[in-house]
Amino acid sequence: MSFFTVDGISLQFGGLKAVDNVSFSVAKGEIFTVIGPNGAGKTSIFNLISRLYNPTSGKLFFEGRDITEVPPHQIAKLGIARTFQNIELFENATMLANLLVGRHCHATTQMWQEMLFLPSVRRAEKDHRRKVEEVIEFLDLQAYREKLIAGLPYGVRKVIEVARALCSEPKLILLDEPSSGLNVEETDDMSFWIRDIRSELGITVLMVEHDMTLVNRVSDRVLALNYGKVLASGTPSEVQAHPDVIAAYLGA
Amino acid sequence: MRFVFKTDYDQDIRILKHSGYWWSYGVLLAVLIAAPFLLGSYLQSQLVFVFIYAIVGVALMILTGFTGQASLGHAAFLAIGAYTAGFLQSHGVPFIVYFPTAAILTGVVGALVGFPALRLTGIYLVIATIAFAFIVEEVLARWESVTHGNEGMRVRALDLAGIPVPRDSEAFYFLCLLVLVGVILLALNLLRSPTGRAFVAIRDSETAGKSMGIDLAAYKVKSFAISAAITGMAGVLFAHKMTFISPEMFTLLLSIEFIMVIIIGGAFGVHGAILGAIFMVMVDPFLTALKDDVPVLAASVASSFGMAQDAATQLQDKLSKIGSAAGLKGAIYGLIIMMFILFEPYGLYGRWLKVKLFFQLFPLYKRATFKRQKTYVKSERNR
Repeated sequence: MSFFTVDGISLQFGGLKAVDNVSFSVAKGEIFTVIGPNGAGKTSIFNLISRLYNPTSGKLFFEGRDITEVPPHQIAKLGIARTFQNIELFENATMLANLLVGRHCHATTQMWQEMLFLPSVRRAEKDHRRKVEEVIEFLDLQAYREKLIAGLPYGVRKVIEVARALCSEPKLILLDEPSSGLNVEETDDMSFWIRDIRSELGITVLMVEHDMTLVNRVSDRVLALNYGKVLASGTPSEVQAHPDVIAAYLGA
Repeated sequence: MRFVFKTDYDQDIRILKHSGYWWSYGVLLAVLIAAPFLLGSYLQSQLVFVFIYAIVGVALMILTGFTGQASLGHAAFLAIGAYTAGFLQSHGVPFIVYFPTAAILTGVVGALVGFPALRLTGIYLVIATIAFAFIVEEVLARWESVTHGNEGMRVRALDLAGIPVPRDSEAFYFLCLLVLVGVILLALNLLRSPTGRAFVAIRDSETAGKSMGIDLAAYKVKSFAISAAITGMAGVLFAHKMTFISPEMFTLLLSIEFIMVIIIGGAFGVHGAILGAIFMVMVDPFLTALKDDVPVLAASVASSFGMAQDAATQLQDKLSKIGSAAGLKGAIYGLIIMMFILFEPYGLYGRWLKVKLFFQLFPLYKRATFKRQKTYVKSERNR
């Protein structure tokens, strides 16, 4: 059984088939990219994997375990973290608080212990903080610890979202358009970080991306979608040369 | 301006971030401890009401300010706490037992109210909590064997392990202060732990919270339960302070007063709850004084400007009629809420922070620092 498998998954909104019998599998330590025109169903697949949507049919397997029925809040605990296309940070909290929420799936303290702030809670808080500081160091976010998200520029928020996902110490990270809204320089940084996430932290990356330069630079394998169906998969150059993919992007 | 040099993670965990706060809060506590010996019985009694309102304010701050779940049903939670205390006390249960019992019972009811909150948001949740408050009010009026219905219920003086603590005594004042400080500490501890951050996450983005491993249902219910339990504690103190409780004391207007506490004070911190409580307790005597004085004052000013005596008396009558019109208080409250939402959405505490920053930065303060502007970063969310 491979590391992560999507097996014949479909998602239907009434008559609309957003995702239609899509299957693929991601090997451990791989950078796997899903591409496709707008409305191809890329984000829907992510929402299915993070269990925000229930699939109409098909199954999801993570490390050999069927996660199709796992409630969404337990996905993070299994080791799958994600970012969002339109940045879903906690706007009226500091960056530090945001990253500490990323640690939530590792929280072990009970509410009554927290109310009394027992030494165990303090110890756990410091452990969380230490892990968060490692991520801050990794992504160069030292300047923003006490800043409210609402006051930060878009590019920084994008990185903070990746940081929040990394704070949960995932095995698989889902990046939904990590470069959207970033300038060329920021996109460059992002591509280095994506590779570092894989090589230094050993986290498997599954991402949705439109920027083909970034896709070519970082991905091991690419899957192309259109109208919810798989068009092609393989190495970036193979997929880009595939006639169906060219037809989907440029028109037949 | 103070610069806190951080060398330890504990510094970010601490409630009082630096030694300056030890001084200022120490002095505040000392003043509050000395207050009953310096103030008259009227002001002492007003302070007790401030404490009770502040306890409810802290409860609402957790629910509305931090978890983002609005409630107009907190008068009902206060009623449940108050009636539990009254009922158990009349059956000979001691204070140290019925105080926590009232808190737990109200907490359980709060958790039950929290369940609809899993599916309702915004205005619909507010409507659901109002409905709950009406149900409680009606139950209190009808369940005569326990609550004595609309006749109301007499609550005997508090008995703390054999020592009577009458409502006007210094001991009662200190008890309320102790409960308030305790509740504040519990709330602050909770808010600096994973649970508190989960509340904030639910407020700001449910989708992201879910993906970060937060069980929305569990935390919404927890937030309601904690908020209700704290309000229940305030209810016990309220019952002993009033010595008489009846269903018509716990109406929608009281719930609105509680919401006003956090809107006026600022819903994002404990300071706000306390400033709001002070404002709400003071506004009532202030309005009463206005009602009595304004007509007389207006008439005398008018006559001194040459108005005929008859006309001046007529004016005075008219004004005092307006002053005693039914529902005027509600209208004024509504106006106050509107003014705060329009001009100072962060409340009195937000205003204080701005004033503080002005002096910290003195010659360099820019007027646009807190200018509100629309941001267009957020797009629609998938709920």
